[in-house]
Amino acid sequence: MHTLLRPFAIKSSGDIARLGVLLALFGLILFGALRYDNFLSSYNILSFLRYNSMFALIALGMAFVIITGGIDLSVGGTAAMASVVAALLSPWHWAAGLLGGMAAGCAVGALNGFIITKMRIQPFIATLATMLAAYGTGLLIANNQSVSVSYDSGFTVIGQDDFLGFPIPAWIALAAYILGWLVLEKLPVGRHVLAIGDGEATAGLMGLKVERTLAAVYLASGTLAGLAGVILASQFGAGQPTEGVGWELFAIASVVVGGTLLTGGSGSVGATLAGALLLAMVFNILNFENGLGWISLSAYWQSVIRGAFLLVVVVLQAKLMARHRSA
Amino acid sequence: MLLSMQGVSKAFAGVAALKSASLEVEPAEVMALVGQNGAGKSTLIKILTGVYRRDEGSIAFDGREVDFSMPAEAQGAGIATIYQEINLAPQRSVAENIYLSREPKRFGLIDHAAMRRGAEAVLKTFNLSIDVDRPVAHFDAATRQMVAIARAVTQKARLVIMDEPTSSLDEREVAVLFETIRTLKRAGVAVIFIGHRLDELYAICDRVTIMRDGQTVAKSPMADMPKMALVRHMLGKELAAFQAIAPDEDAPERPVRLAVENAGAGVRVRDVSLDVREGEISGLAGLLGSGRTETARLIFGADKMQRGTIRMDGRARTYREPADAIADGIGLVSEDRKIDGIVPDMSIRENMTLALLPRLKKAGIVDRARQDEIVTRYIRALGVKCASPDQPIRELSGGNQQKVLLARWLATDPRVLIIDEPTRGIDIGAKSEILKLLRSLADEGLSVLMISSELEELLAAADRVTVLSDGTSVATLPRKDLSEAALLSAMAHQVE
Repeated sequence: MHTLLRPFAIKSSGDIARLGVLLALFGLILFGALRYDNFLSSYNILSFLRYNSMFALIALGMAFVIITGGIDLSVGGTAAMASVVAALLSPWHWAAGLLGGMAAGCAVGALNGFIITKMRIQPFIATLATMLAAYGTGLLIANNQSVSVSYDSGFTVIGQDDFLGFPIPAWIALAAYILGWLVLEKLPVGRHVLAIGDGEATAGLMGLKVERTLAAVYLASGTLAGLAGVILASQFGAGQPTEGVGWELFAIASVVVGGTLLTGGSGSVGATLAGALLLAMVFNILNFENGLGWISLSAYWQSVIRGAFLLVVVVLQAKLMARHRSA
Repeated sequence: MLLSMQGVSKAFAGVAALKSASLEVEPAEVMALVGQNGAGKSTLIKILTGVYRRDEGSIAFDGREVDFSMPAEAQGAGIATIYQEINLAPQRSVAENIYLSREPKRFGLIDHAAMRRGAEAVLKTFNLSIDVDRPVAHFDAATRQMVAIARAVTQKARLVIMDEPTSSLDEREVAVLFETIRTLKRAGVAVIFIGHRLDELYAICDRVTIMRDGQTVAKSPMADMPKMALVRHMLGKELAAFQAIAPDEDAPERPVRLAVENAGAGVRVRDVSLDVREGEISGLAGLLGSGRTETARLIFGADKMQRGTIRMDGRARTYREPADAIADGIGLVSEDRKIDGIVPDMSIRENMTLALLPRLKKAGIVDRARQDEIVTRYIRALGVKCASPDQPIRELSGGNQQKVLLARWLATDPRVLIIDEPTRGIDIGAKSEILKLLRSLADEGLSVLMISSELEELLAAADRVTVLSDGTSVATLPRKDLSEAALLSAMAHQVE
């Protein structure tokens, strides 16, 4: 095969799923562009990117966690708590809010890593517990209400302003994804993450530092959730202790739609981004459909439709992979 | 001397696994390490590679005292291990697997091109030309093994340990593996070859170390160790605790109940034929890895039979899954009680009636009265020593656990009972009790197929013994021809 074509070579069933999510994404964009007048308007594109960058960040961390064969249910709670911390610190300095929120997420991630690797608790249980703890902490320090951010320190710039014509949250997410791609594909630690997901015991016997790598992955996931919380607070002008419910499921769905197996050992950063955009796009299109006035779908119906769409994509992927395997 | 392990002892929870074992390997030699299940080979290797820590003894590698506390340290010192189940990351590419944890880097990033070139070059020395970008899972067992060896070579290993490397390979693949081992030898690398197939050991190994009961019982150049002697060293002789409990003379030929004709599947079971007659104990003997357990699984429908025929009472039968075999009156008491037999935390009552529950239902719920009746009957009949039927089975001794398992199958009223290593892990007194029990069941008409590694057991209890070697039934010895010498020679497969 020609070297230039190598990146496009289909070598595993995961590649097929990744190809599938890209096709579905382009299909939806095409559909939206043809059907709705303002779908490709700069207003729609920019607000789409601004709002969904938070979810993309969480999905990135979740991708690494799931590639190791784990799961991180605490990201929604972590983001909510981090948004409160960021809002509380924002009057001092915009950077205090930013770093404080990230540090809060980092702390939850470190705790997850510790519980999972040192105390040997299943990731599902460990992060379920820290999810509850994070929500509780957020409500506690917020005094059970949303906490307004400071508009004087420049903290709101992070979530609301643009840079070179694009929303700053989108730039942050883009940078995070480039960094994530670099780590997963080009740094030894990324390949070790993949190998650990392929079989923890085997990876240990091959001389990899399993515990340290796992701890780092949960730390990263927590920190990214913290960053998402900072953007949340900055974008909506308040730390929101009751936000974030279901975010972890959105993130897991994005990762799975991106062709990453829940059993671990395979996955791609690019496809995770495509998966997150795809799921967000479904919402966007449903909003436009409502706007046409033919039908009126409540948020609940939108959720149902999105779930059905997710199911269709995953089933299609499974079918494609099965065909590839038997071929 | 490259490796010298002396006086190595290790106990697990007070039970000695190794008693002053020793192992010596010279550079560029292939050392066979043989022994029955539980002889201590794996424990010795795991101590060498840092998986376990030794209680006593000394290990010198390359002239230096060593004491590895984890596998990575042993690897760093130049000892590579290729485990039976081939430890590679299946979804990662061949090149990545070879270099995992030692990736070539440029400016801190993985140099994929260099990795690919290096992998191709090292595989070429083994005459293997494959797409190193493909996931390891895409290749067959032999190729995966070669990749694992290539990984060892690039780690600059001085000693490569191969744990049953040929167990999942066919003949052609074995030839490729042996060529690879010779390449390693030429490069001055020593190999510890753990295996059971005698022909292979004689074909590739220079010397042999034989272990039994946690001790090293013999060391010799391969050429000076006849097959018979090697087998006798491996099996040893246990105290003659069993009096013969099978009838001394051959009973009149009874009708065949279960007949297996030329059964085969994969490489583990090649061509097995055996008969189990009404009311007799038929033994199934063979060295470790000869395909005894695999044969039992084929008969029971647990694995798919690819060749051959099974007849029950003369009629050809196909068992797609164990439920089919059970419906036909076949029971299987498996070898490892802990893994696929007992449910440790459940009571004796529940363990005993597990296979029977569907039949104990009345209007969808378990008929407790009938359950009690059956449990009480078998506890008495088999002499299970327990405080009450509600005692958790894990609290029983090995022998009593085995009786509960036996009862589980007997309660289904089987016509053929396959029992794999019935006395494994049971103390000597309980052993003969279990054998007597099997005998009295046979006298009542049950057909028993008894798989055993213990010659004494077979000699004492079996009416006839079929011997397997390398997945093939090589001899069937009737009672009158049964002797230790006859069994040993059939097991060593000395047909020449």
